[in-house]
Amino acid sequence: MKAADTAWRHTLAKKPPVVTAPAAPTRLGVRKTYKLFIGGKFPRSESGRTYLVNGDNVALASRKDARDAVVAARAAQPKWAGATAYNRGQVLYRIAEMLESRRDEFAAQGVPVAEVEAAVDRWVWYAGWADKIAQVHGGANPVAGPFFNISAPEPTGVVAVVAPASFLGLVSVIAPAIVTGNTVVVLAAGPQAAVTLAEVLATSDVPGGVVNILTGNAAETAPWLASHDDVNAIDLAGVTDLDLATELERAAAGNLKRVLRPGDPENDFAGDPGLKPMVALLETKTVWHPKGF
Amino acid sequence: MTATLDLRASLHGLPGVDKVGVEARAAALATRSVKTTAKAAAIDLAIRMVDLTTLEGADTPGKVRALAAKALRPDPADSSCPHVGAVCVYPAMVPYVAEVLAGSGVHLASVATAFPSGQAPLDVKLADTRDAVAAGADEIDMVISRGAFLAGRYDHVFEEIVAVKQACGDAHLKVILETGELATYDNVRRASWLAMLAGADFIKTSTGKVPVAATLPVTLVMLEAVRDFRARTGRQVGVKPAGGIKTTKDAIKYLVMINETVGDDWLDPAWFRFGASSLLNDLLMQRTKLTTGHYAGPDYFTLD
Repeated sequence: MKAADTAWRHTLAKKPPVVTAPAAPTRLGVRKTYKLFIGGKFPRSESGRTYLVNGDNVALASRKDARDAVVAARAAQPKWAGATAYNRGQVLYRIAEMLESRRDEFAAQGVPVAEVEAAVDRWVWYAGWADKIAQVHGGANPVAGPFFNISAPEPTGVVAVVAPASFLGLVSVIAPAIVTGNTVVVLAAGPQAAVTLAEVLATSDVPGGVVNILTGNAAETAPWLASHDDVNAIDLAGVTDLDLATELERAAAGNLKRVLRPGDPENDFAGDPGLKPMVALLETKTVWHPKGF
Repeated sequence: MTATLDLRASLHGLPGVDKVGVEARAAALATRSVKTTAKAAAIDLAIRMVDLTTLEGADTPGKVRALAAKALRPDPADSSCPHVGAVCVYPAMVPYVAEVLAGSGVHLASVATAFPSGQAPLDVKLADTRDAVAAGADEIDMVISRGAFLAGRYDHVFEEIVAVKQACGDAHLKVILETGELATYDNVRRASWLAMLAGADFIKTSTGKVPVAATLPVTLVMLEAVRDFRARTGRQVGVKPAGGIKTTKDAIKYLVMINETVGDDWLDPAWFRFGASSLLNDLLMQRTKLTTGHYAGPDYFTLD
């Protein structure tokens, strides 16, 4: 059959339609979800929950995330405590270097530049203490009998920290705990700055698990840490609700945890911290060694 | 000779194991979530099923006595915690454990027959077994000669098991197949049937001395074997996975698998055991979490 006998026609219009080039696609920015920092990794919450903070998605930690963080902190503790004090000092100094180079990120999150700089200085200050605290806080004791008697400070172990809201406050509770060889599980108050700090730590040769950072509701997770038998001390620096502080202290008594009570809520952490934050998380071991006449 | 041919024919007449199927089935059963009261019941059952084991060259009388004391009273802080199923040690350590366990209801298992390799003459293996029983063991964990099995000398393996069973007297005989060395699920099924036909009271996966120990799919194949064996002969045989089961989560996966494969009859320490050492600490920590409402720490349980 010839084409002409059919209804077949060219469908093309005489004048082809004007084809406009597609508009240049506008780039979609990658929206960040602020995740937890556990064992050197950035997992989402086990519960799958998130919450909004200033328009950002932030992981909402559950009790099981706290449990995982304690496992990671416990696993990392012996090796971190066993590293030389000089080495820990170098790692803390490295944190200061990395934080210095990422000042702008914190500024973009609303942390005043002066506060970030104070935080950098705080890391440097504690880095210097790493190989000096044992001499200053420890001692050689005069005893009767042919013995050397030495008081040697040792880290207490895994420390849970309810961090204060300010960024400098956050650094001021983490640094004194880890410099002596403790590992920490931190319940952070200002999530974005805390997770950005976690990114600094993750790129600073801090072994995974030495610092673990959880974001979310401290009133939900802190009681699980306070009652946890494998946590050696709890620092309540950031607890503002005194009833909660009392409840946490009571729970902590279950395994005789060392408790650091909430300090002055007006404290801006700008002053000289002194030895107290470090010394509070040290145990003193007394060693008798025969002189051997 | 006819018996040999019959044995070979019947073992090779067993249907082959669908490798992909059995692994998928085991993986599917491992996804069940067991919570609250069911979890508490599962933990207590798992504790009662533990064969608390130490099989080290460095075992001393003091160490095995401490282990036996732990078997009797796993959680000293909680008298409602059940005791474990058995203590499993080398024959030389049996007398020390027997003193502690006497009259307690905790069984005393001993490995025998040139554990873990099984590469010794038969009379040595039988003497090993008799000594362990005489010293007080009421359960004997024997290893099969994998070399003979893999070479196809099924009659040799069969007769060894029969002879050891006879040497055991009243003691229960657990036959270790060492599935990590048997290479295929088909071999695991054949070895299971071989052991059961020869009179095993229990079939056990592994010695714990080779890299691949108990796995869920291997245990599933063995559970199917004991189920089919009972359907065929009316005799019930127990199963004991051993090695590599370290957490409560793992243990509960096995319990789920028993329930779904062979049913309630095997959910009992008389018919199912876990060969393990560190598993018990994790079970105790999980149990403490459930009873106290807060997380437990390893500092509060004895290390072994």
